[in-house]
Amino acid sequence: MLTALLVMSFIALVLGAVLGFSAIKFRVEGNPLVDKIDAILPQTQCGQCSFPGCKPYATAIAAGEADINRCPPGGEEGIRKLAELLGKDFVPFGEDTAATKPKSVAVIDENTCIGCTLCIQACPVDAISGAAKQMHTVIEAECTGCELCVPPCPVECIDMVVIRESITTWKFRHPATVNSSNNQPA
Amino acid sequence: MRKLYHFNGGVHPPTHKAESTQLPIRHAGLPSRLVVPLHQHAGSTAKPTVRVGDRILKGQLFGMPEGSVSSAVHAPTSGTVEAIDMQVVAHPSGLPDLCVTLIPDGRDEWLPRTSTQYLATPPEELRLMLRLAGVVGLGGAVFPSDLKLRPGKHKVKTLVLNGAECEPYITCDDMLMRERADEIVRGAEMMRHMLEADEVLIGIEDNKPEAIAAMQKAVSENHFSKMEVIAVPTIYPGGGAKQLIRVLTGIEVAAGVRSLDLGVQCFNVATAYSAHRAIEHGEPLISRIVTVTGNVQHAQNFEVLIGTPVNELVALAGAKPGTNGHIMGGPMMGVPLPSSQVAVTKATNCIIESSLALFPPPPPELPCIRCTRCVEVCPAELQPQDLYWFAKAKNVGKAQEHHLFDCIECGACSYVCPSNIPLVQYYRFAKSEIWANEREKDAANIARERHEFHLLRIERDKQDKAEKLAQKERAALAAKAAAQAGKSADAASIDVLRAQVREIAHPDAGLTKE
Repeated sequence: MLTALLVMSFIALVLGAVLGFSAIKFRVEGNPLVDKIDAILPQTQCGQCSFPGCKPYATAIAAGEADINRCPPGGEEGIRKLAELLGKDFVPFGEDTAATKPKSVAVIDENTCIGCTLCIQACPVDAISGAAKQMHTVIEAECTGCELCVPPCPVECIDMVVIRESITTWKFRHPATVNSSNNQPA
Repeated sequence: MRKLYHFNGGVHPPTHKAESTQLPIRHAGLPSRLVVPLHQHAGSTAKPTVRVGDRILKGQLFGMPEGSVSSAVHAPTSGTVEAIDMQVVAHPSGLPDLCVTLIPDGRDEWLPRTSTQYLATPPEELRLMLRLAGVVGLGGAVFPSDLKLRPGKHKVKTLVLNGAECEPYITCDDMLMRERADEIVRGAEMMRHMLEADEVLIGIEDNKPEAIAAMQKAVSENHFSKMEVIAVPTIYPGGGAKQLIRVLTGIEVAAGVRSLDLGVQCFNVATAYSAHRAIEHGEPLISRIVTVTGNVQHAQNFEVLIGTPVNELVALAGAKPGTNGHIMGGPMMGVPLPSSQVAVTKATNCIIESSLALFPPPPPELPCIRCTRCVEVCPAELQPQDLYWFAKAKNVGKAQEHHLFDCIECGACSYVCPSNIPLVQYYRFAKSEIWANEREKDAANIARERHEFHLLRIERDKQDKAEKLAQKERAALAAKAAAQAGKSADAASIDVLRAQVREIAHPDAGLTKE
């Protein structure tokens, strides 16, 4: 009887020590689910989901505080991926969500710009370069098309320009959507 | 007799090669204008080095290679630069790309050329020479040749020279081997020297006996003991690099492995010819052999300056009525050209004028019945019916898992499909979809990084500001304290003074007290 008790408590102690040690040693920093959700989100940082950026929205989804259909730049494809990751059903965009737009970049009319730096402060990815009373310009390659710089501009000199397809970004169309006779000889 | 190996599947489409091998290679001459794209090779676009209005000599640099994977672009003749702008190029998208437009002056005046003794030159210098001469793979992939001639970690045993030319209609390599075998084998010897390879195997399909004879003669005349011309069975796509390597050496190049790591490297015969022109004659790659065939009066091979408009080239072969399109490449792998105005590039091996009689419209696409005839012919040993299934459902990730990127787009599956499904179009769609997803992912990662840095910067600024404010406050407090301390010090010294004054005024007061 006593031996059995001793043996059991010894095992419990050893296992407890192992668990305690691994809890410290193999501790996972942050919530891995948040990172997985964040990886699906398009990183436009536009705030159309009503959260201040993609990471806060991802955190809210992971905590179950937000729906998965609040990201217009991610499109329905994004909702589908989130649904798959979280084991939820696909939900279409709600009526209060803005429509998905084609990918655009901000362009500053450099003749009108007065150099107020308001757009520089609004840009979530530091894609606008300029200084006070100096002309500003958008670094096209870094612009996510979030439109956050448009409302602060006091002279309305920022336009959103849809990115046109170039030879390097062109994609073959799905064969069901094109006239098959003009794509494949023989 | 060398032992040859087999690859899986393959088909035997009608070759249609006799039409364009009746006449010798003809010089296409100078067109009215030359439109030279600055991106004719795999990798990044060459950086323009000329300005509008410049007078240019033949062989002068138009574009410098930029980045590690890139190649140079040159003036095909002497003349004046008319424009450097976006023009429609030979690409299935029909979208414009950066081109240099040259108006020839008719004098065809060369830049001074120098010949190089390749044996007396370090291989590193020879590779740089090829890069600056714009030599790229002329078999279709247009990959910069200098990068493929860099020996890797493993010793290169075999250099395979690809003269198989398996695709129907195309005869440009065949005619080049018949007429210029000597320069091809000498170019191959230079490549062997650069790679320090043990042997050169020249694979030519056995439906080209004249080319085989000419190449054998050239090898024996040059006394290249390490070089061998080998006739390989005629089967499509036996001219694919992996397929030819398999047939000649028995080595199977696995997915994601470079053949160089297995001790084999493969070049097209026309690339060897161009390498020879570049090193021995100092001539950059400014022309190539193009087969013009299909719905024309005299199908023939032409030596064409890069940048020649397709319609001017086709006119030389005699355009016929009934042409309804232009195919660049062969009927199996070729792509339709967006217009007849586009220019010949380094990748243009063949122009087929299509007509309803030659290529009747395909019958309507029927559902896949999973007969797996495509599996039987697939040279990459894939499951085309599964890839089709995933690509059609836009489930591109799954297609990628099923090794979509091992597909060489040879079109053998589409050729045998009893349901007339344009399978390769589905694979091309899925591939470009995956590439686009990857680009988006990269952009999102950069945006995430920049946003995180942005937040960090704002936080840091805030802290800096708070720190400064705190410092100021501390400084103010300290000043106050110092001022107070100063005041009390003053008070103390005044007290001392007063005491002294009192002492002087009443010297005995203290004494009386004592």
